[in-house]
Amino acid sequence: MTQTTGNAAESLIVQDLTKDFAGLRAVDGVSFTVNPGEILGLIGPNGSGKTTTINVVTGLLNITSGSVRLGSLDMTGWQPHRIARAGLARTFQIVRLFKDFTVRENVEVAAVASGNARGKVVADRADRALRQLGIFHLANTPARVLPQGEERLVEIARAIATEPRFLLLDEPGAGLNDAEIESFLPTLRRLRTDLGCGILIVDHDMRLIMNLCDRIHVLNYGKTIAEGTPGEVRREPAVIEAYLGAEEAA
Amino acid sequence: MESISDFVQYLVSSLSVGGLYALMALGLVIVYGISQLINFAYGELIMVAGYGLLIFGRSWLPWLIVAVMSILCAIIFALGMDQIAFKPVRNASPTTMLITSFAVSTLLQNIALLFISPRPRAPRLPSIFVKSVEVVGIRVKIVDVIALAVSIVALIALQIFLRKSIVGLSLRAAADDFTMTRLVGVNANKVIATAFAISGLLAGIVALFWIGRIGQVLPTVGFQPVLIAFIASVVGGLSSIKGAVLGGYILGFLTIGLQTWLPQDVNAYRDAIMFAIVIVMLLVRPEGLIRPAFSRETR
Repeated sequence: MTQTTGNAAESLIVQDLTKDFAGLRAVDGVSFTVNPGEILGLIGPNGSGKTTTINVVTGLLNITSGSVRLGSLDMTGWQPHRIARAGLARTFQIVRLFKDFTVRENVEVAAVASGNARGKVVADRADRALRQLGIFHLANTPARVLPQGEERLVEIARAIATEPRFLLLDEPGAGLNDAEIESFLPTLRRLRTDLGCGILIVDHDMRLIMNLCDRIHVLNYGKTIAEGTPGEVRREPAVIEAYLGAEEAA
Repeated sequence: MESISDFVQYLVSSLSVGGLYALMALGLVIVYGISQLINFAYGELIMVAGYGLLIFGRSWLPWLIVAVMSILCAIIFALGMDQIAFKPVRNASPTTMLITSFAVSTLLQNIALLFISPRPRAPRLPSIFVKSVEVVGIRVKIVDVIALAVSIVALIALQIFLRKSIVGLSLRAAADDFTMTRLVGVNANKVIATAFAISGLLAGIVALFWIGRIGQVLPTVGFQPVLIAFIASVVGGLSSIKGAVLGGYILGFLTIGLQTWLPQDVNAYRDAIMFAIVIVMLLVRPEGLIRPAFSRETR
């Protein structure tokens, strides 16, 4: 297992993260670092603990042991809203928009919560997030009528409206067709350069992961089995056996 | 002419009572929407404001100041019950929260019983509560007109607050998906406290007119309003603000309608007839008249 340490003052550092569910160890001593401006892929077979890891990191689940830090700031055990305000934003596997809201309102809630809430600042921030994802024209559309691809974009716009330092994307490619994923790639890359934030991305779509990520962290049964560049991970025997094997061979 | 004046009187009374019922229901729904808690101690907020009227009313203060102070008391108690009683059971099952609310309700009633009086007391009320006016030959109670106006103003103000303000935006978001709202950085406890404060404010306003109407305050004074609020919000749809308002007005029109037009000897069964109508409505629309836009899949 390799452990990359970047600029520790700015990085999202997860150390020895362990999560038990009533006797079942879902995540077992996982450590990784996401550096600013870096895209780290978190992959693994179903049930390997990827989403659980994101849920613990964002405070949705209590941590059993280990720590989550942002630079020197120890966020272990914090409430979700504090973690969000400290600069971690996330999206969900199944898109969770505020269905009764317009696209703009969805993004505004996030813009409100993260800063000192002034009407003008909120509106500006929401506008910027919508433009960054190229969905400004949808601003007044009710969220419930959006097709899945656009729902994804709104969810990401909502996440970046909090002006995050790190963006945690849980299967952003789920439910998207090939063409949509194709157009998704440059959007995600652009986010990194525009916002300068680090991205942790969980996905099953190998093309998305291999094309997008600087480094990849592989989990199996809640444990780290490999970490490295896409090229390195692809060659790792443990990974091929546990996960890639099936897909690559196909 | 007689029938038209009867009808206008009926309309004014119904709109005034319906408006009050709508405010009562809103006080329940605004908290339920966010925390899934049906706060049966809501009635005791009305009681608190009622005793506020009684106690502050003994001073030399003008009645309007007394009324404002009483409403403030209801708000403070609402915030207090959230902090002391409901915050510790925030993540417990809805049943636990429901039972907690009954406990708070009983506790507050007993405090009033012990420290104030088990007997009804009459607070000082301004004379407008008993006066009527005659407008183009139609007699209406002034208090009905005021209640009607106040409830409409309060409903519109609440709507503007929820639609246009930043806090309102967070409240609506929290009612839609509470977890997600926290994940975008909204402080959950603050949002819930705000909902309780609004609930207290509504209870306070309701108390002025409810107690103004019955002219007395006693430890169990909150029971009937909370029951009405509950029925109105169930009829309208528990997770919808529009539903609460609609349910309130429907109940108001039903109550006054039955009271006005039922033959004298059947009038004793008024409530039974009204509840029968409510039951039929719920058989037809079990989720209330206004359904939530989307079912809450992930909770």
